Amino acid sequence: MPEARTAAPLRTADGVPLKTALARAQRRAKWRAAGLVLPLLLFILASFVIPIGQMLFRSVSNDEFSSHMPHMVAWFAENGDAEPDDAAWEALVLDLRQAREDRTIGLIGTRVNYELSGTRSLFTSTARKAEDMEPPYREALLDADEDWADPELWGVMRRASSPYTDAFYLAAVDRTRDATGSVEMVDENRQVYVAIFWRTLVLSVTIALLCLLLGYPIAHLLATLPMRYSNLLMILVLLPFWTSLLVRTTSWMVLLQSQGVVNDVLVWIGIIGEDGRIQMMYNQAGTVIAMTHILLPFMILPLYSVMRTIPPSYARAARSLGATSWTTFRRIYLPQTVPGMGAGILLVFILAVGYYITPALVGGTTGTLISNLIAFHMQESHNWSLAAALAGILLAAVLLLYWLYDRLVGIDNMKLG
Amino acid sequence: MAIPVYATPLERAWTWAYRIGCGLIFLFLIAPILIIIPLSFNAEPYFTFTDAMLSFDPAGYSMRWYETLLTFGMNRPDAPGGAAWWADVWHNAAWVQAAKNSIIIGVSATLLATLLGTIAALGLSRPEMPFRRTIMAVLISPMIVPVIITATGLYFFYSATGLANSYAGIILAHATLGIPFVIITVTATLVGFDHSLTRAAMNLGASPPRVFFRIIMPLILPGVVSGALFAFVTSFDEVVVVLFVAAHDQQTIPRQMWNGIREQISPAILAAATLLVIFSIILLTTVELLRRRSERLRGIKQS
Repeated sequence: MPEARTAAPLRTADGVPLKTALARAQRRAKWRAAGLVLPLLLFILASFVIPIGQMLFRSVSNDEFSSHMPHMVAWFAENGDAEPDDAAWEALVLDLRQAREDRTIGLIGTRVNYELSGTRSLFTSTARKAEDMEPPYREALLDADEDWADPELWGVMRRASSPYTDAFYLAAVDRTRDATGSVEMVDENRQVYVAIFWRTLVLSVTIALLCLLLGYPIAHLLATLPMRYSNLLMILVLLPFWTSLLVRTTSWMVLLQSQGVVNDVLVWIGIIGEDGRIQMMYNQAGTVIAMTHILLPFMILPLYSVMRTIPPSYARAARSLGATSWTTFRRIYLPQTVPGMGAGILLVFILAVGYYITPALVGGTTGTLISNLIAFHMQESHNWSLAAALAGILLAAVLLLYWLYDRLVGIDNMKLG
Repeated sequence: MAIPVYATPLERAWTWAYRIGCGLIFLFLIAPILIIIPLSFNAEPYFTFTDAMLSFDPAGYSMRWYETLLTFGMNRPDAPGGAAWWADVWHNAAWVQAAKNSIIIGVSATLLATLLGTIAALGLSRPEMPFRRTIMAVLISPMIVPVIITATGLYFFYSATGLANSYAGIILAHATLGIPFVIITVTATLVGFDHSLTRAAMNLGASPPRVFFRIIMPLILPGVVSGALFAFVTSFDEVVVVLFVAAHDQQTIPRQMWNGIREQISPAILAAATLLVIFSIILLTTVELLRRRSERLRGIKQS
């Protein structure tokens, strides 16, 4: 009875419909795969994603003022943009007293100082006197320091009284808010960050293009030579790749310094005179040369893996049909290497924008990148929120490029050696 | 790549120019690494070739910077040799301490990264893995995100959680940085992995652990080992995170080099660099041998 057989669903040995059993097995396989990945995912979340998230939170968080000046926060919440009245002056004195007692006055002063320089000492010195102040507080405070009447200071304090701020991101792109709260550029002589972001971009593009220029012929040579030669030459590419970054940077310092090997050779050949030694280090040239060398393998390897798959018969066919070697290269070979070029340029560019060690050692003052500025604010100026904001912008740029890389190349195709 | 017989003179000239250009680029790649080796034997405290070195005068060469590596930081470097002197080296010499720290941190971070990374790669290479692409992107991201950002994030995180200035903190951070390399190399060996092998083993009655250790493990082992080597090198060469989260007395080799370059620059740095170059040559050879073994195991023929 063929009809009956098609009507009854297929069943496994223990009577479960086949469809259900399959779905169940599929689900189990899915969970098993996910279970294998889960420990690592949790690890990365805890040791990488959460710390970076916390850093991003810090770049908008603004609680130094708001959590230590409760009366002021309450007054600002009630009165908004109003002129400071008696209640405001009283709140200020109360908070200054409390902050001095809690030893938080330095924090508060530093926070306001970020936006209005010179105010840290205003806070600390007034807080010392706040203990003995009597009403009317306005006159008492102005007695202590005239600057307390400055509307700009009140504007800064008003903005600082909110627990979140965009001030650090604005500062990271050389912008600030004036007394009325509208965004404007900071003074010409204090604009630094946009210029360094711009320099990071220009130098990274230069490095990526130089890597392409130097990497393309090498990758082509390696891809077209017989395996036994290309494997040998590959070692010359892979050895730098495996050598410590600090070693490579050190050797560039040895080579490039004004009493270094390159200058010595140039003097010896007679291209330059003894007094004409070229300054190749502690400037942009140093950063570009050393980083091109360090990142070159990241260009050669993806190019090589693409070029290996191009059949040589295409070029031969073009030649036999009458194309010159230049036409063959331009119309046949080059278009097929575009994926490798894209992968290499993106990878080198991504790595270059975030570079820290090499520019810090050979870049001097004109060859440093945005990462060096982040490190400066972390370790020397201790303006951590600004460092976090700069890092946030850099991270956004890198993640955008990473997304692009994943779309165009696919991270599965990333190869190492 | 022989020049074809039909090549025009212009093409011949071009081919030779191309070969010479490639030679120069190879020189650019390799010369900076090799140049420090002879310079590390300099008898003078200079970073350039002295006349004595150029004329191959033995007096121009010395091992003094290697001795400095050994004795720098010792209590009594001038004491007569013997067990006490070596004990002093072992306990006090700055570079020896740095090497010990680097090895402790590197080995622990590598073990952690390899263990977690290999297990995850097994899951990731299964076709039924949900959200495969997204999860892969997250797991690879520590390699892409600039280290300075990771270090900044960890600085805040560790000072809040008490991991700052501890070995555990550095090890966790270095394991995080090494994991992408393990994932990439192990998933690469698992590409084209013949799953009928595991099915056959299970069909013949092997338990899952037995399948893993007898069938899967030997096949992916080259990938695992080269991933582990990458992770180790990442940790062994990492200085930014260490600068941010480690205590002042937690020196590692790269940090010692960093300090040396920035403060008291002496050719001893070149001696250390030479040793590191030799170390990387050994590593490169190992990885290359492993890659060939893996290709042989998986039946990929060299053309």
